[in-house]
Amino acid sequence: MKIGRVVGTVVSTISSPVFEGRRLLLCDLLDASGNPEGGYLICVDTVGSGAGEAVLILDEGNSARQVIGMSPAPIRAIVVGVVDQLMVDGELVLREG
Amino acid sequence: MQLARVTGTLVASVKADGLEGVKFLIVQPLSRRQEPEGSPVVAADGVHMAGPDELVYIVGAREAAQALPNTFVPVDHAIVGIVDAVEELRDRARGEEQR
Repeated sequence: MKIGRVVGTVVSTISSPVFEGRRLLLCDLLDASGNPEGGYLICVDTVGSGAGEAVLILDEGNSARQVIGMSPAPIRAIVVGVVDQLMVDGELVLREG
Repeated sequence: MQLARVTGTLVASVKADGLEGVKFLIVQPLSRRQEPEGSPVVAADGVHMAGPDELVYIVGAREAAQALPNTFVPVDHAIVGIVDAVEELRDRARGEEQR
């Protein structure tokens, strides 16, 4: 899984059925010290995460379809959690909230 | 999924089984700030509505084929939605990140 930060939303009225009625979150990917590493993903929100939150991203189709409950569906990246803390090598690199 | 811009179309009359009726478009992947990033790819149009110069979002790998009526086809990129707007969230919920 990956760590990201919600930096925006994507508004889209024309899309594959699986995205209808779901929030699309624009997420920067973070490295192990909690800093943006340059990549990003558009993820489907499944936990009601919002502005600026550090989030846990699952980027794998079968699991995503299982969580969303639709198959076949062209879905891979979904937000499955909100990060409260990230500790690496004993150092608290992210402490949210 | 990533942002991309439709830059062209591709017509192939001879192609693998199952790809009949699938429209192919040339898309330029974009960075989060919508600048071109990486090289263009040929993507199947999973929404049948994407026109030239449109801002879309694409999915890659196995999920691309899942955007098509026949999901067992050799497709590795597909357009799965058209972007109406990208809203950057200015107001950070909690001010600066803790270091």
